[in-house]
Amino acid sequence: MGERASKLLFESSDWNFDKISRAYDAIEGIAVEDLHLDTYPNQLEIISSEQMLDAYSSIGMPLMYQHWSFGKRFVFEEHLYRKGHRGLAYELVINSNPCITYLMEENTMAIQALVTAHAAFGHNHFFKNNYLFRQWTDAGAILSYMDFAKKYVARCEERYGLPAVEAILDSAHALMEQGVFRYRRPPRLSSEKERERARERLEYEEQTYSDLWRTLPKSGGEGGADAADEASERRRKLNLPEENLLYFLEKTSIVLEPWQRELLRIVRVVAQYFYPQRQTKVMNEGCATFVHYTIMNKLFDQERISEGAMLEILQSHSNVVFQPAFDDPRYPGLNPYALGFALMQDIQRICTEPTAEDRDWFPDIAGNGDWRDTLLDAWANHRDESFILQYLSPTLMRKFRLFLLADKASNSYLEVASIHNERGYENVRAALARSYDVSANQPNIQVVDVDLLGDRHLRLQHNVKNGILLDESTRDATLRHVRHLWGYDVSLIGVDAETGATLYECSTAATDG
Amino acid sequence: MPNFIDRRLNPKDKSLGNRRRFLKRAKEELKQVIKERVKSGRIADLDAQHSVPMPDQDTSEPSFQHSRGTGQREHVLPGNREFSPGDRIPKPGSGGSANEGGAGTGGSDDDFQFVLSREEVLDLFFEDLELPDMVKLSLKEAVTFKPRRAGFATTGSPTNINVGRTMRNSYGRRIALRRPKTAEMEALTHEIAALEAAPNQDAVRDRLEALRQELDALERRRRRIAYVDPVDIRFNRFEPQPLPNANAVMFCLMDVSSSMGEREKDLAKRFFVLLHLFLKRRYERIDIVFIRHTHEAGEVDEETFFYSTQSGGTVVSTALEEMRRIIQARYPSQEWNIYAAQASDGDNIAGDSERCASLLHGELMQLCQYYAYVEIIDERETEIFGATDNGTSLWRAYRTVEDKWPNFQMTRIARPSDIYPVFRKLFARQPTMQMSR
Repeated sequence: MGERASKLLFESSDWNFDKISRAYDAIEGIAVEDLHLDTYPNQLEIISSEQMLDAYSSIGMPLMYQHWSFGKRFVFEEHLYRKGHRGLAYELVINSNPCITYLMEENTMAIQALVTAHAAFGHNHFFKNNYLFRQWTDAGAILSYMDFAKKYVARCEERYGLPAVEAILDSAHALMEQGVFRYRRPPRLSSEKERERARERLEYEEQTYSDLWRTLPKSGGEGGADAADEASERRRKLNLPEENLLYFLEKTSIVLEPWQRELLRIVRVVAQYFYPQRQTKVMNEGCATFVHYTIMNKLFDQERISEGAMLEILQSHSNVVFQPAFDDPRYPGLNPYALGFALMQDIQRICTEPTAEDRDWFPDIAGNGDWRDTLLDAWANHRDESFILQYLSPTLMRKFRLFLLADKASNSYLEVASIHNERGYENVRAALARSYDVSANQPNIQVVDVDLLGDRHLRLQHNVKNGILLDESTRDATLRHVRHLWGYDVSLIGVDAETGATLYECSTAATDG
Repeated sequence: MPNFIDRRLNPKDKSLGNRRRFLKRAKEELKQVIKERVKSGRIADLDAQHSVPMPDQDTSEPSFQHSRGTGQREHVLPGNREFSPGDRIPKPGSGGSANEGGAGTGGSDDDFQFVLSREEVLDLFFEDLELPDMVKLSLKEAVTFKPRRAGFATTGSPTNINVGRTMRNSYGRRIALRRPKTAEMEALTHEIAALEAAPNQDAVRDRLEALRQELDALERRRRRIAYVDPVDIRFNRFEPQPLPNANAVMFCLMDVSSSMGEREKDLAKRFFVLLHLFLKRRYERIDIVFIRHTHEAGEVDEETFFYSTQSGGTVVSTALEEMRRIIQARYPSQEWNIYAAQASDGDNIAGDSERCASLLHGELMQLCQYYAYVEIIDERETEIFGATDNGTSLWRAYRTVEDKWPNFQMTRIARPSDIYPVFRKLFARQPTMQMSR
């Protein structure tokens, strides 16, 4: 009995730093030796509920510049919390090095152990190893960058006044979703190389100069071709089309002061920093949930967690992975925790106990017995879209009873296109994967042309997919923000991505009257 | 071993700057809300927290959004029970498809309220009254407390130990437990010393032995029973005492005949609210008495005072008589500070104004700490009247009262910013009044 008691990591539900530290060491042991997780060093911070609300409203960053919209978010979150509409998260984890995890002081010891496994190991491993985070975020530098951003914005407010700073940030926030690079671009030429090339071109022109050409009369047709050439040349110089509106405005806008450009850059960096998280919601939560579930069960098997604590942990776990059906009044959409966790468990099952169907669908991994490496590999090299396309099995589709609805705006009904049967698996899986493709689900708006030497009219193009247009009131309001940053008129043209037909056109020149 | 940081003790209100920016952004809208509250709420209710609806103008955050009603979409949903491919389902009611997550939060927007603190409410209220900053500050100031001795306590800080009480307890305990006294012990020691010096005899040795044992027992007893034990210690107890304020009663007198319209009543109400705030700062307890009058006066509740109209002529003196009657019945002037505020559009029946003046001269002005009369006029009339003595008969009659009584104040107001000057004298008089206390 005495020996058994000494094996337990904790007994009562109150936590203290000793207990958390002991639980942390046990969890770390399993995470590293059994699951082979590779994490940033951890920093666990205990916070109160009010501080959690603070963190919510500053979009989960420990440091954030000040802006009224965060105050608005705060009163909103506070209202939901006070009214009991929404509980607060048990933890919040920041993709930084060291990886910061906030633990709520209200948590019981069992929950503290659970969230330590979930956040400090599950999320932490994902942040450190997933290719999107590795490519797009710099975990080591983000905190110092945010510190710089906060101070910089404060300095600007002092120097140029609150309204001026606020106006720029308002406009920049409106374009935040259009402020990320979605695909890797070839490395830019450095300005030195660019200059070198311009010099060579000039030299070549001087060498081949012939005054005769000047005397040729210009015909109308040729002039038109010239104009088209000129336009394509100027687009090439500006690297157009450009999907990152904030980047383009920051680099090209003529009316912005240097400090205003820096503000745009700050907003852009923040948007880019969160972009991978939005693309990996299902995987990230799935990975963390799978990790905490595995570790907690292992600790329980080793008799280091009491039955009572385990029950509490399982109860909170099953709350997190609860998935109501679509016609349930509680249905909020597909629960990323539920879907992610089920996917991970399913991969484990396919690796260890595959059915004939699994061998058909997943010849590479079915029955390979090594679910750990299979999962580690999947976590490192996928985002939600590709992950679901690759790993969602018929078994799981049947378990979730997934079905696909086709929704055409002109029809008064929804049509069931495919369900979880032999003929529907591929369709359902592809459609679900598409629905997690963030870039495909946001309006695709690009800068296509501007004549800097002419009227400087900025032309944006919305590539309309599946006939889905923009909401007109927010569209016009956002365009006014673009105009504010650009300083000259801006127009937006909606072009059908497939047919190339122009669907709508609008311009700030027209709305300004 | 991870790095632990306990953030719970970090300074609070990290988001305060953001909140301030947000309120500033939404100022116009919130001001409107507070103005409505002043109009519809009770006078004494302003000075508190208020829940206000989320402002939506000026705080929208637009971005490019897909519009719901266009194009073709696909939804993948869980929990299919009876559908097969090709089935058609009617679209769920107005707007949005079943799996747009936004619908849930959208619904609760309607009752979305957030709480403005008392300071924030007052800031918004003061906004267009044009009060000088110093006055605003002193109005927002909370009641100050002064610690006052109130008995003894068993806990407290060492500096507050009450030595007398502690020693008295200690003495009582020592007597009760029969702690050996120092004198007693000294006597024994002397006796032992004397016997030790004496010739060595058996009787003496026995006696000496007995005495030594007795001394030893006493010594042990003395050590067991402390001279001052923690249970003896008493501390002076202090109670926060609000600084001395007496009671005040505020009379609101208003003409409610049909000539007083919505605008006039709103201005009058703002004036009453401000007076109430001012009095509240100085007096712990304030009663408000509402007297409305047409050709006859009566005490009414606040609701009736502001919202119900009465038809009839206008005889101002009835209100003054009613006020005098109430003072005599319920508010003896030696116990109550009496403040009166009268709002009117200046109409009065012929011959009654002189009667009003004589009522005031006669008794009322002696009873009142302060009497404010505001005449609410049309904005267009401000230029005609300006600061001249011309005006209604009531105005001319009150003019004589103002000349005689320094605590009588009268003014014409046409817009909210005119209200403040009425209070100037009140604040100016403050130092002398405090001296006289």
